[in-house]
Amino acid sequence: MIEVMSMYRIRNPEPTKQRSVCTSSASEPASLPAEDISTNSNGPKQDSLFDDDPEDLFAEATEEVSLDSPERDVLLSDGPSPAITPITPPTSVITPRIGLPHDDMFTHSSFDEIEEEEGGDSFDMHISVSDPEKVGDGMNAYMAYKVTTKTSMSVFKNHDFSVKRRFSDFLGLHSKLASKYLHIGYIVPPAPEKSIVGMTKVKVGKEDQSSNEFVEKRRSALERYLMRTVKHPILLKDPDVLQFLESSELPRAVSTQALSSAGLLRMVNKAADAVNKMTIKMNESDAWFEEKQQHFENLDIQLRKLHASVESLVCHRKELSVNTAQFAKSAAMLGNSEDHTALSRALSQLAEVEEKIDQLHQDQANADFYLFSELLGDYVRLIIAVKGVFDHRMKTWQKWQDSQMLLQKKREAEAKLQFNNKPDKLQQAKDEIKEEIEELEGKVQQGERDFEQISKTIRKEVSRFEKERVKDFKAIIIKYLESLVQTQQQLIKYWEAFLPEAKAIS
Amino acid sequence: MMEEVKEVTSTLSVDGHNIKVTEVLKDGETLTFLIVSLKLSSTGEYHVDRTYDDFEWLQQHLFSQEDVPGIQGVIFPPLPAKAQVNASAKVMKQLGFLGLEDWQPYSKALETFLRQIATHSILGKNKAVEIFLTSSDPPGRQRVRKNIFNRLSQAVEGMRKEGHKDVDEFFQTERDHNLVLAGGAKTAAERFLDVVQTEQKIAVACGHFSTALHLCVEPGEDLNKQAFSKLCVKLSEVFASMKKNITSVAENNVSTLGLGLDLESRYQEAEKEMLFRRTCKLVELETARRNAEKAKPVKKAAVSVTFY
Repeated sequence: MIEVMSMYRIRNPEPTKQRSVCTSSASEPASLPAEDISTNSNGPKQDSLFDDDPEDLFAEATEEVSLDSPERDVLLSDGPSPAITPITPPTSVITPRIGLPHDDMFTHSSFDEIEEEEGGDSFDMHISVSDPEKVGDGMNAYMAYKVTTKTSMSVFKNHDFSVKRRFSDFLGLHSKLASKYLHIGYIVPPAPEKSIVGMTKVKVGKEDQSSNEFVEKRRSALERYLMRTVKHPILLKDPDVLQFLESSELPRAVSTQALSSAGLLRMVNKAADAVNKMTIKMNESDAWFEEKQQHFENLDIQLRKLHASVESLVCHRKELSVNTAQFAKSAAMLGNSEDHTALSRALSQLAEVEEKIDQLHQDQANADFYLFSELLGDYVRLIIAVKGVFDHRMKTWQKWQDSQMLLQKKREAEAKLQFNNKPDKLQQAKDEIKEEIEELEGKVQQGERDFEQISKTIRKEVSRFEKERVKDFKAIIIKYLESLVQTQQQLIKYWEAFLPEAKAIS
Repeated sequence: MMEEVKEVTSTLSVDGHNIKVTEVLKDGETLTFLIVSLKLSSTGEYHVDRTYDDFEWLQQHLFSQEDVPGIQGVIFPPLPAKAQVNASAKVMKQLGFLGLEDWQPYSKALETFLRQIATHSILGKNKAVEIFLTSSDPPGRQRVRKNIFNRLSQAVEGMRKEGHKDVDEFFQTERDHNLVLAGGAKTAAERFLDVVQTEQKIAVACGHFSTALHLCVEPGEDLNKQAFSKLCVKLSEVFASMKKNITSVAENNVSTLGLGLDLESRYQEAEKEMLFRRTCKLVELETARRNAEKAKPVKKAAVSVTFY
């Protein structure tokens, strides 16, 4: 896998601040460069936090947890642990504390701090998913994968550790992250898809080519999913992610079992969303967003087209491999029946060469597939997440507008009250309305802030996404070209070895 | 017309090793082939154009040489099946490699056919060959009536005769061996055709991918967009050249091993037919002998009776 340097390294404006953080953390070895946020140290961080936005912490106390994101509706069972705040060190938070309202939302500004402070950090982490093992029998069987993390980052207790996870654990992780971060504008990488057919074959115990391929495809997808998730600087620090990577026992993710009902619910919500989208006529004050949305629409179409082309290419290459193998067999038979010794030998050699080439074709087909096809598939799904984030922004705007309209109505009602002639009821009603208006004013302000925040987050996320996209594709293309060159060179070697044999026929 | 071919022995005035089928012309439904042969005595070339019917005329004349001793023992160079513009799928399948690449392999196969006939020690002496190669007018396109040199597929009894055990061990082994080789060559040719056709499909898929990549190019000032566009353009070029590579690999495959396997397969069939003719003659001979044996005692008795 390719090491990815954090892009924030380039943007880091405050080198001095980092050093102060570094010295106060106890767990890192001295040789490491200025590290990621060591949240073990509360001192200097907290000061800066309080300096910037003292109000934010307290405003959260009145904030309602937004419940209208579809992910939240569907996946309710195991509550996500609270998202990180700079005050609570991640390693000590294992049990969810849902009761306290201010833990459920984040200090938005603190994220800015985190992102900027880790500027000098180099992303040094490698996750591998390996050793798929079938556990259990029959329909209750499942595949357990070994998730190994090698890292030198201080966020982790060890530098090299591994745990056993099953597919539903990955889905559980994603659902937790999605419910926490999607609706405030973070692009959460989607988890690999479920496949009933594929898994059933594995459960039933068919040890054949297609079920092996399925397991390998899934293993690779899980690995890519985890790497993408931890490359995201915010998601990396999330306690759920850390728990997933580190703790040997993970509570079973129950919600992912009921595929049919969850899927159905999701479909219903999608339909509701579509209707909503049509009715939300947002006054886009920022042309950037409109342009970006169009850009992602186009990208979506292009990537899907590319994906379809690659799939047909992979299919044909596999066919070529099969046909080459068959031809090799018939050439061998012909060689056996031939009397002329030199010709017979040449034909047998030809058969051998063709067999080797068949293997090459298979390898090439795999390269085509695992490099391109899966990458394109991943990005098609990622773009769905990106679009979702834009939708959330629209919803946030809608919420803000709704509060504003309600406020307007209440103010009008208040004005009307002035003309009411019943003095005894008047004061009470006036007080009530005043309270409501104050509440609504707070909501409007919060709505505006939320909207600003999500817009800001989305800008950053999109910029990061685009950079990652280019990097990803570039890396894959380089790998692919290298494999192509290697295949062709091998092909040349095989044929050059065969040539003297052919010349020796007469 | 028939007088021409009564003169069986003649020497060819052109170089049999250097006959070329240079062009294929499509005229509506028919294909016309341009044949160029080098003169032996003087410098210069004969340019003639022939259709498939002319080739068949030639073949028929060669088959019908009844006064050449042992003609039926010749393994006749195989003529490819008829080529048609807009041929049906069945015809294309039968043609195999010869139906590909816009009739180029087909022309090559015809060329091989003519060369082998012209250089054949017995067949090359037939006047029909000279006429075919040198006469500017197309030779008579009437069908010469078919004689015993018919295709194997017609005779149902052929199947019975085919299994008839031979008296000569050499020929029995040859027949058995030929059966194996014919089957092997046919299978190998068919499988290789599959390989080539899949290669062509891959070429097309590479082309599509290359085009789709090119469509991903976006103009714009944004650095990421530019970087991505550049990647797409480069990759598109790679796949375009892959397409070219695989296309030429497929073409080379056809013109070398493809044609070779096709010829081998058809020649084994031609040998099979020759051996079958021999077997038929063998069966005839044995039947005649048997009848003669049966007739002898009867006649003897009849003759003996009349004497009394």
